[in-house]
Amino acid sequence: MYSEKVMDHFQNPRNVGEIENASGTGTVGNAKCGDIMRIYLDIDENQIIQDVKFKTFGCGAAVATSSMATELVKGKSIQEAMKITNKAVMEALDGLPPVKVHCSLLAEEAIHAALWDYAQKNQIEIAGLEKPKSDISEEEEEEEY
Amino acid sequence: MSEEQKLIYLDNAATTKTYPEVVEAMLPYFSEYYGNPSSVYEFSGISKKAVAQARETIASSIGAKPQEIYFTAGGSEADNWALKATAEALKEKGCHIITSKIEHHAILHTCEYLEKQGFEVTYLNVDENGMVKLEELKQAIRPDTILISIMFANNEIGTIEPIKEIGQIAREHGILFHTDAVQAYGHVPIQVDEYQIDMMSASGHKINGPKGIGFLYIRTGVKIRSFVHGGAQERKRRAGTENVPGIVGFGKAAQLAMENMEERSQKEQTLRDYLMEKVLAAVPYTRVNGHRTSRLPNNCNFAFQFIEGESLLIMLDMAKICASSGSACTSGSLDPSHVLLAIGLPHEIAHGSLRITLSQENTKEEMDYVAGEIKRIVERLRSMSPLYEDFMKNSQEKN
Repeated sequence: MYSEKVMDHFQNPRNVGEIENASGTGTVGNAKCGDIMRIYLDIDENQIIQDVKFKTFGCGAAVATSSMATELVKGKSIQEAMKITNKAVMEALDGLPPVKVHCSLLAEEAIHAALWDYAQKNQIEIAGLEKPKSDISEEEEEEEY
Repeated sequence: MSEEQKLIYLDNAATTKTYPEVVEAMLPYFSEYYGNPSSVYEFSGISKKAVAQARETIASSIGAKPQEIYFTAGGSEADNWALKATAEALKEKGCHIITSKIEHHAILHTCEYLEKQGFEVTYLNVDENGMVKLEELKQAIRPDTILISIMFANNEIGTIEPIKEIGQIAREHGILFHTDAVQAYGHVPIQVDEYQIDMMSASGHKINGPKGIGFLYIRTGVKIRSFVHGGAQERKRRAGTENVPGIVGFGKAAQLAMENMEERSQKEQTLRDYLMEKVLAAVPYTRVNGHRTSRLPNNCNFAFQFIEGESLLIMLDMAKICASSGSACTSGSLDPSHVLLAIGLPHEIAHGSLRITLSQENTKEEMDYVAGEIKRIVERLRSMSPLYEDFMKNSQEKN
């Protein structure tokens, strides 16, 4: 059901963990639907993502997309990180089963939520970044697949 | 995990191994005695006799008459037949059906279909152990109630329903009683007269028989129509040339299941309890779902807080352990199992469920390995879980 890359990132997830005093933290999804992703970013004064960690409650695809998303943003500028879409995450994983596409959306949202938190803390604006839609504390409408 | 780790199959509620004795009994009916039981010549008489023998074995296993056993293509067909044909036959009398919230989808989706046809269905609640509440059942009965369909034992949490009491209530009110016994048949004793069952569904592949064969027991006098129209097979109630090898295999499996039921149940239950205690002792924030005693002997269902079931299953699979979960990701929707929600589990805990269903071939050594792997995997997933992180931080703050 999963590609080799997904299985690899599920079995050996990259960048699992927490960052103390992170520059930005974002948590998206909710426990009701069975997926929660939390991303920690460490961003330096040149707005380069020096380090990134994640924690995820969810299925194999949720873990793998979180892991891949952290790989894709690490070392990038925040503008470059903004360009990483769920499609990019999926492609990098050699695809996901149709029912798991929402996991990749969640990964994109988690990155955006962490960037939003960073922008709020530093009172800056990031082009194209909107307030994250879903939050752990908000009840999300369930989608039909 | 060592390379030589053998597969440990713990998903016997999904399906079971077809026993070699069963396959052996079936084999002659493929290429040797392939005659159609409906034909007149002596050669096909061999097939006819084999079908009759299997029917007799199965009938006697539930205290029924052979002519009350109707072979079907499986449990789902039997469930569909019982519900749709009863609804059709009795629609003049009434349009109300009572079932429970924890039935198999073969029942629930058939009920939803019947609702679209204008029938009304009451879905009874269950208590925290998955037991149908008899008082609620009595209150749900209306003058136009035509059928009560309650499963004998639940496929996810293993709870055995108070079938005798339900049968009694149905009989007192003159309402037909159907039970989906797919998980119970061959695992626990069932007597249709004692339990006052009017119709009962069962399946071959849940008792080490072949797939694609089941039966519907229909008590003499219950007038429901044919489900498959065509030839005169199954007393004109289920057309189609008999699945002779399947029926023979089912008969053999039923015979084997009845012969050692007590001993097998005892063995499975001992192993099950051993595993359950080991896991509960080793893994904190874990609960056991389902009734503690009124329960299928081989079923065990855990809920591990802060983790998600599909991840757990994939990791168990990598450790060569086959099990199942009621998480959303395994059901193809975003909702976790309807059974776990019906017993009152919050969504996030229901997502972290694990069902283990044993067979008599499992061993204590396997249970030791499985308990160890569960502990390792749950710890690993919790170390990655934001829910666990929050929980640990909150409890530290409290201290």
